[in-house]
Amino acid sequence: MRLGRFFLYLVLIIFVLFYLMPVYVLVVTSLKSFKEISLRTMWIPPKEIGFSSFVRAWYGDKSRGLRGLSGNFMNSVYLTVPATLISSVLGSMNGYVLTKWKFKRANLVFALLLFGMFIPYQSILIPLVQVLQKTKLYGSIPGLILVHCVYGIPITTLIFRNYYSTIPSDIVEAAKIDGAGFVKIFAKVILPLSGPAFAVTAIWQFTSIWNDFLFGLVVTPNPSVQPITVALNNLAGSYFVEWNVQMAGALITALPTLIVYIFLGKLFMRGLLSGSLSGM
Amino acid sequence: MKTDRILSILFILPSLILVGIFIYGFIGWTGWVSMVNWRDVFPDFTFVGLRNYARLFQHFRFVISMKNTLVFTVLFLLFSISIGLLLAILLDRKVRFEGFFRTVYLFPMAVSFVVTGVAWRWILNPGTGGESVGLNWLLERMGLGFLKSGWYTDPNIGIKAVVIAAVWQMSGYVMALYLAGIRSIPNELYEAAQLDGANVFQLYRHIVLPLLRPVTLSAVIILGHISLKIFDLVFAMTGSGIGFSCDVPALFMYDTTFRGNYFSQGAAIAMILLMCVAALIVPYLTYSIRTEVRR
Repeated sequence: MRLGRFFLYLVLIIFVLFYLMPVYVLVVTSLKSFKEISLRTMWIPPKEIGFSSFVRAWYGDKSRGLRGLSGNFMNSVYLTVPATLISSVLGSMNGYVLTKWKFKRANLVFALLLFGMFIPYQSILIPLVQVLQKTKLYGSIPGLILVHCVYGIPITTLIFRNYYSTIPSDIVEAAKIDGAGFVKIFAKVILPLSGPAFAVTAIWQFTSIWNDFLFGLVVTPNPSVQPITVALNNLAGSYFVEWNVQMAGALITALPTLIVYIFLGKLFMRGLLSGSLSGM
Repeated sequence: MKTDRILSILFILPSLILVGIFIYGFIGWTGWVSMVNWRDVFPDFTFVGLRNYARLFQHFRFVISMKNTLVFTVLFLLFSISIGLLLAILLDRKVRFEGFFRTVYLFPMAVSFVVTGVAWRWILNPGTGGESVGLNWLLERMGLGFLKSGWYTDPNIGIKAVVIAAVWQMSGYVMALYLAGIRSIPNELYEAAQLDGANVFQLYRHIVLPLLRPVTLSAVIILGHISLKIFDLVFAMTGSGIGFSCDVPALFMYDTTFRGNYFSQGAAIAMILLMCVAALIVPYLTYSIRTEVRR
């Protein structure tokens, strides 16, 4: 049994090393100076620790034609925050109707909504670009906000629907008998109970919008409007490869969602599990 | 009462309209574009039927990318599911610091595929001049030199190197799914099995694993649809690779449409991709919603 325990921990620790390996490389590389960077010494810690690559990744270097990520970081903030809020609100409205005011074919409507969660976005990209160009939203952050709100509806609706179906319908019926109407029940009964579901959708949407790459790439060709993931990829794909700056950029890009994950891990997990349909 | 009914419809209407247009309307439009002759910056809506599809199946890059997707999906599912299941079972054995292990295994999920791609492109870089760098260097130091490879720069490996990064990102998620599944098995079942004198292996083989089948189904659905439409990771990590050895349909679609302006051809790829995903998802959705209604 002792030996069994030993192997159990051994396997767990080997996997810890596997999962942390990229983090180690990112951190070690980003703390090195450009002179110290080479593929051969990739695993070796820096001789002296410096933060210059973070400064370069953030502010860029005009003389070298290197765009910093600071503007793109803020673009992602301006994009992610409103899109997260709006799609969460839409989700709660839909979830309320789909659980407490079920209409005929409500399940069909729900299934049609859910399917939108799985579609490959390639199948809507061409019309999307056309429509955004026609409406002058192409290449703008409001355009991206719209896109993320729309394609966030399926998952936020799913999360709220699952959550609201755990709230007993008796409460709603009682409120109806007391003379409360549709809006009043939502505002006075349902919304005050919705905190946990809002937290879960907010985390889920924040993470997936922040991490999105495809929509940013296709909708915002102008580098000054691009979200940070697209800018990071450009930084990595630039002609003159500064690995340390790239790795610092990758860490900066990953930081907000990692902070959310570390501080709100339980809710993050709940979001993951509702995204998996396991609550259905 | 009646106003409430109307209000409830008004509440859900914005979403229905948006989804109706942006998902179903757009899919319909893409379907139409896939059957016309639009292969320039300027739209050309001359109807050509299924010609774009027919051409696609003769296009070497499409054939390679479909094969790659198949290889990627099989390996990605195989490794993510077996690693996820293994970790969940191990963590369920009353492990100390379980929270720490869980946190480490799951954190890649919080990271963008682009970040993953950038990091793994660096780690799997085989270097030049025959010197071992990156992962190869590590393998050599550990006496596993025979595992050294050219990774994504070797046309024979290509897409399989991308699988490593994808498994790194998603296997923790599978672990979380299985762990939640294992923890929801009622204790009485374990106790009953122990009373019957079942040992640990029998317990897992006859009680736990059969009860985890729905979780496996969820995992296959989730990983499967991610795998079929994988784009960001490949784009950031390798691009289409040497001889398109890392190419996938989503990347081919992007190149064709937005770099090459062959809109109709791009739309046809997108429709095929959609059909592949639908073949996986539609039966699953129908099944889950039906069973839910029955409950």
